[in-house]
Amino acid sequence: MGEYLAILFGAIFIYNFVLTRFLGICPFLGVSKRVETSVGMSAAVVFVMVMASIITWLIQSYILEPYGLQYLRTIAFILVIASLVQFVEMVIQKVSPSLYEGLGVFLPLITTNCAVLGMAILNIQEQYNILQSIVHAIGAAIGFAIAMVILAGIRERLELATLSKYYKGASVALIAAGILSVAFQGFAGMM
Amino acid sequence: MSIAKEFSKGIIKENPVLRLLLGLCPVLGVTTTAMNGLGMGVASTFVLLCSNIVISLLRSVIPKKVRIPCFIVVIATFVTIVDMSMNAFLPDLHANLGLFIPLIVVNCMILGRAEAFASKNTLTYSISDGIGMGVGFTVALVLLGGMREILGAGAIFDYTFTPEAFEPFAVFASPAGAFIGLGFLLAGMNLLSKKLKLD
Repeated sequence: MGEYLAILFGAIFIYNFVLTRFLGICPFLGVSKRVETSVGMSAAVVFVMVMASIITWLIQSYILEPYGLQYLRTIAFILVIASLVQFVEMVIQKVSPSLYEGLGVFLPLITTNCAVLGMAILNIQEQYNILQSIVHAIGAAIGFAIAMVILAGIRERLELATLSKYYKGASVALIAAGILSVAFQGFAGMM
Repeated sequence: MSIAKEFSKGIIKENPVLRLLLGLCPVLGVTTTAMNGLGMGVASTFVLLCSNIVISLLRSVIPKKVRIPCFIVVIATFVTIVDMSMNAFLPDLHANLGLFIPLIVVNCMILGRAEAFASKNTLTYSISDGIGMGVGFTVALVLLGGMREILGAGAIFDYTFTPEAFEPFAVFASPAGAFIGLGFLLAGMNLLSKKLKLD
């Protein structure tokens, strides 16, 4: 049990996917202009990540390893993730058209969200079993969601701040993310 | 439209990192030193160039509806080639870049060029676009890597030139330094494009 908690909190705080490992920066900057869209995006990422961790683990242990096909890992994983994202997109379009509009181009872009593929590859590198992989995926997705919602909150306020025009937009968002990352470094002392 | 123009636009006017904000994960993740930045830049340029060539040649064969999976398979093939050859010939660099080598496959710059340029243009233009964008990407990586290495370690390309009394800013060697450094680089780029009247 302690080991699972360590993986979970490690992925959320200490090795936060966005702020420490630099995975999933594109949606992090692209969708974090409003808190509402960032929450929707995070929910989609949580679902895709957990599903992807299960499926990629099964593919790795039952197809790639027994037949010595590890070199096909990148191709196999990215195709699985791409089809999963397509599926989630169809579901969201049916269930909540307004959320679908809000997420816009970033929904299909979860495919190229390196956090999902990065999480799948890390699971293999750390030789996690299937339960550990799922816990790691949940932690990674929650960490992603926390970082994104916090940054969205900061950016909503930054809209009203008086800034030099050269710093407007992505530039000041990155500097804010840097300060956020300093704060997350403090969590390294927890372990 | 000329070949030279397609080449040069990637370096400043449409620099993938500093102007279009594409492919930021490896930019932030590997740039602790200028050398890592250069290695990542060259690896990504190779993948971008090869995928641009293949996709441009296949553009009339690939059906429109399944184009994205087709592009991804082409890109993933070249990423696997880079991954395996770098592991064999440059094991140290491969260890430094780590996770970010397989992740070239999800670099939005590469898929973006495939979708926006190579699938619509002839071979010669796609090649010059690929090289130009790749060089622009590499320049941005080396700039950020160099800046972080100078401030965070007082060295450039592993050559220490600062006096012993120089106290490096530890923050620039840490993840936070990547965000802050890139934030300032982007502001600098905004200033430069204003001066050059690019917008």
